[in-house]
Amino acid sequence: MTDAGSPPPSSPPEAIDAVPLRHPWRWVAATVIIVVVALFLYGAATNPAYGWSTFAKYLFNERILLGVFNTLQLTVYSMVIGVVLGVILTVMRLSSNPVLSAVAWVFLWIFRGTPVYVQLVFWGLMPTIYQKIQLGVPFGPTFFQFDLQSLSFPFALAVIGLALNEAAYMAEIVRAGIMSVPEGQLEASTALGMSWGLAMRRTVLPQAMRVIIPPTGNELISLLKTTSLVTAVPYALDVYGIATREIAARIFEPVPLLLVAATWYLAITSVLMVGQYYLERYFSRGASRKLTSKQLEALAKAQMGTLP
Amino acid sequence: MTESSATAAAHPMVKAELVCKDFGALKVLKGITLEVQKGQVLVLVGPSGSGKSTFLRCINHLETVSAGRLYVDGALVGYNERGGKLYEMKPREVAKQRRDVGMVFQHFNLFPHRTALGNVVEAPTQVKRLNKKQVTERAMDLLDQVGLADKATAYPAQLSGGQQQRVAIARALAMSPKLMLFDEPTSALDPELVGEVLAVMKKLAAEGMTMVVVTHEMGFAREVADELVFMDGGVVVERGDPGEIMSNPQHERTKAFLSKVM
Repeated sequence: MTDAGSPPPSSPPEAIDAVPLRHPWRWVAATVIIVVVALFLYGAATNPAYGWSTFAKYLFNERILLGVFNTLQLTVYSMVIGVVLGVILTVMRLSSNPVLSAVAWVFLWIFRGTPVYVQLVFWGLMPTIYQKIQLGVPFGPTFFQFDLQSLSFPFALAVIGLALNEAAYMAEIVRAGIMSVPEGQLEASTALGMSWGLAMRRTVLPQAMRVIIPPTGNELISLLKTTSLVTAVPYALDVYGIATREIAARIFEPVPLLLVAATWYLAITSVLMVGQYYLERYFSRGASRKLTSKQLEALAKAQMGTLP
Repeated sequence: MTESSATAAAHPMVKAELVCKDFGALKVLKGITLEVQKGQVLVLVGPSGSGKSTFLRCINHLETVSAGRLYVDGALVGYNERGGKLYEMKPREVAKQRRDVGMVFQHFNLFPHRTALGNVVEAPTQVKRLNKKQVTERAMDLLDQVGLADKATAYPAQLSGGQQQRVAIARALAMSPKLMLFDEPTSALDPELVGEVLAVMKKLAAEGMTMVVVTHEMGFAREVADELVFMDGGVVVERGDPGEIMSNPQHERTKAFLSKVM
């Protein structure tokens, strides 16, 4: 039936020019949603309870900006410590050393098993529970003594509280990422003479990053909002604390100041989402067979060269 | 007798004495004794489950031997022997032993997040801490030897199976090993890609590399192997000149196996 030896036709076949599939219901749905949203926005703009003039007045207020700065500091410090500690905990948990593995397990059990609010209250009470830090022989002489109660460091306690809690969650995320890397990768690294640690750092963790980053972005955004709980320490200089406890309580207008705080959280989250996009792109190197536009161009050029 | 004192360097590259390996109650190797001389190519064949891959993995201590003794280049694998007692090696010492033994896997196990060149330079720069520029030059040379100099910047996912396996061979060679282990290097490849990998291995053998190869490619075994070992049920059933065994197998099990694969 087919003559296998026939040469390709002299003129290439015509490119396909078909009528694209229509989607009328998408237009209907979009119209309905736009109308509903417009009505809501009109209502919000004309309702005096939202207090838009107060909102505008306080959005870039000096105290609010200080609060934003403090919230960012709390988030960044806690996250950095949380990620580093989380990776260490995971490595401990996966190591063949039973002592390290058990320590990591107990840490996770406690810090994941109790509410972060309760942990923050505890950290706030720490100077009351442990009034002094002493360095010396137990029941013997003391070489060094440090009075905790003389200090006031709610910010540091808030960071410690948030970071340790975050570390427990990060440890599980990192572990999931490491377990997603095929066993053969560790084996190939080992066969090349790498130590377990080097193989983790150079081979396994970079590949695990692809799985680790999306939930970590989630954790970071979640942590940003959890910083509003530091009032438990008590630390009151984050953006939520300043907006509600300092300003709204003074001027008796809670709604516009809640909106101010919400706007800032939303703005920071949006910036973080952009950062996550670029991080994901970086760590997906080699994950797909899809060629980059540069590689495709080079291949097309090579093909042109071989054809008459 | 006269040689024994003269040459410590004359020891075989691999020497196995009654090597056994158990996984719990399952006995996979039941006393393997064989030797591979320097520059020799040993091909291990046998039905799946016969223990040939396990034996190969014991040679670079990816599996620990349960009984018997296994020496690579005269040194006991994974243990130090002092006063008739064995002491388990520290991980660092084991890693050092492995540096001299290259391994090629059935499923390539290339690092997907590094380019072909990145795969080849990884171990020399990270493990041996050699100068990056010199390593890169040598890596390009190795990629050229396996016919992939133009693919240096490609990621493994963009290469065919045969190309990936050739990169994997270059990666192992980059550590300048004394011994190369091949664990079914062509079993995961399309038939038309098998030849390009075998060609690289033949060239390597011709250059005098000591090799232990687990494979089902009987043509390769006949052409390249100095010795063919047929394993079944965790023991060496028959060993000798590949041409001789293939044309005139002595054991029933060898005959049955060869009739299926040839």
